[in-house]
Amino acid sequence: MPITTEPTGRQRTPQRLGDRVFSGASTGAGVLILAVLAGVAAFLLVEAWPAVTAPAEDMPGGEGVALYVWPLLFGTLLSALLALAIAAPLSVAIALFITQYAHRRVATTLGYVIDLLAAVPSIIFGLWGVSQLAPLTVDPTGWLAENLGFIPLFAGPASSTGRTMLTVALVLAIMILPINTAVVREAFRQTPRLHEEASWALGATRSEMIRMSVLPFGRSAIIGGSMLGLGRALGETMAVAMVLSTSGGVTFNLISNGNPSTIAANIALQFPESTGIKVNALIASGLVLFAVTLAVNMTARAVINRRREFSGAN
Amino acid sequence: MSLSTTDTEPDERSAAAEPLTHGTLPASGPPLVLLGAIATGAVLWLLGWNPALSGIVAAVGYTAVVYVWSRAVEEARAARDRLITAVVSSAFLLAMLPLVSVLATVVSRGLARFDGEFFTHSMRGVVAEGGGVHHAIFGTLIITGLTTLISVPVGLLTAVYLVEYGRGRLARAITFFVDVMTGIPSIVAGLFAYALFVLFFGPGVRMGIAGAVALSVLMIPVVVRSAEEMLKLVPNELREASYALGVPKWRTILRIVLPTALAGIATGVTLAIARVIGETAPLLITVGITTSDNFNPFDGRMATLSVFSYYEYVSPGVPPEASLDRAWAAALVLILIVMALNLVARLISRLFAPKSA
Repeated sequence: MPITTEPTGRQRTPQRLGDRVFSGASTGAGVLILAVLAGVAAFLLVEAWPAVTAPAEDMPGGEGVALYVWPLLFGTLLSALLALAIAAPLSVAIALFITQYAHRRVATTLGYVIDLLAAVPSIIFGLWGVSQLAPLTVDPTGWLAENLGFIPLFAGPASSTGRTMLTVALVLAIMILPINTAVVREAFRQTPRLHEEASWALGATRSEMIRMSVLPFGRSAIIGGSMLGLGRALGETMAVAMVLSTSGGVTFNLISNGNPSTIAANIALQFPESTGIKVNALIASGLVLFAVTLAVNMTARAVINRRREFSGAN
Repeated sequence: MSLSTTDTEPDERSAAAEPLTHGTLPASGPPLVLLGAIATGAVLWLLGWNPALSGIVAAVGYTAVVYVWSRAVEEARAARDRLITAVVSSAFLLAMLPLVSVLATVVSRGLARFDGEFFTHSMRGVVAEGGGVHHAIFGTLIITGLTTLISVPVGLLTAVYLVEYGRGRLARAITFFVDVMTGIPSIVAGLFAYALFVLFFGPGVRMGIAGAVALSVLMIPVVVRSAEEMLKLVPNELREASYALGVPKWRTILRIVLPTALAGIATGVTLAIARVIGETAPLLITVGITTSDNFNPFDGRMATLSVFSYYEYVSPGVPPEASLDRAWAAALVLILIVMALNLVARLISRLFAPKSA
């Protein structure tokens, strides 16, 4: 390096044209993604605005956009939370079976099968749910309505087609199982080997070992994975649209023909035939769905990322 | 426990047959109970019970029998261990039942119309029987192809940015929001594309490219995630060796980093295509459906396999059987494409894995 008397400041490598173009392009792509996400919110807001400002009687139902969206939001939350209640324990069991109980080679194959389940298009779950699962639920729900009818969830009268909130929750649970399981399985697999062996050395049975070292380690993954699954269930469209028979009211009755629809399913069912202000109303409901899923997903990611930071210390 | 038994010890010694520890179940015990439980479930099913219900009865029965038996013979902790093992295993088996049922149903009902006419004809002028998905297959391929054309460059460049250039707040924000973006409901992506195209073409717009934009919103984050993982796996020594030879950074990335990670990236892209090719909801509201061939994604409605299957199911013609058969056959074609893509992805990662690995 030549000795100079002038102060050169911070030394920089010369920027070649190719470098500048390439780093510019890749930064641009990253920024584009942020712009798209902001664009989703902006465009939905622009198209939803006419529905918010329109006079109440122009809305479907005639009582304004808030009362139009509320039953849909209720149905969305009810179906997704029910699905989560079914799927979360099952996914922990599946992840435990794959990581702790199954033979290693079997476990690899099983992991692949679970991933395949995630790849099955939702339209197929919809076809299956309405033609196979729904008829199967008719007799059990009839029994529930007769014998447990005093519980508001099973007030009945039981649907004779099986296209109920309960069936929807089951289909959604099956659909979110893979993503739930994938997150939990990954965390269980990373349980520190030394923790496991310490449990074994203390004479723990397998179930005690799991409770002492695997479950505490995977707790935040179970929460995060469940919330990711919840996000999926909230936004699931086709399966709900095909299975659920709706009447629009707000009810906790899970086994009757009159169910609240969900935001996503309602958009899919109404959009193709809608024009004018009705399209804006649908987009307004979509904006609500977007906000809810965004909040759920951001929380889930924050929980999962926090675990990642902690586990680095192990 | 040992203290209280010390005074009776001589008596127990004399019994001699009593082991010091608790007994254990015979090794073949639990499997035999399992066989019995499965047989019971099968008999109940054959007697006309609900298959799901007979499965649950079998699982609960197995769990109860093993627990009670173990409780009688073994110590309490071992019994609880067997209980939890049984619960976990039967929960796993129960969760597998729907998958088997879905695949079996799609194959058995889809085969009815899985014939030559189905693949060579569109629905133009078809009201009852006959007709096919020629238009829908090409629609799906064109729209998915456009989606890939948009998503792969954007996703790949973003992954390069995150791994090679990204530092600080922008990179962290992009990482976080890419994760969040994987959770955007597909219907919202469809609404976004519709709202975007309405600005240019006015209300009621339906065209293939809008569907491709909607699917790209869903596909880009998947591509970024998988490509980022793969680029991180490229050893730093390779980059440093290249810099030491005086190769500029952009050429290092293009000639060293990307080729090394190519197999993994190709696998990720194939899986991402498999994810979006079966999407229904965004196409339903951006592309719609048509009965005849339309291979121009910039001009009006197109047919796609998933939307075709949906409409054949919800609005069947007269008689409905022909439409339902077409819906199931389209579902079968879709699931075959998805399975094939998954298989191709595994083949790519196996065949083109880096030699050094």
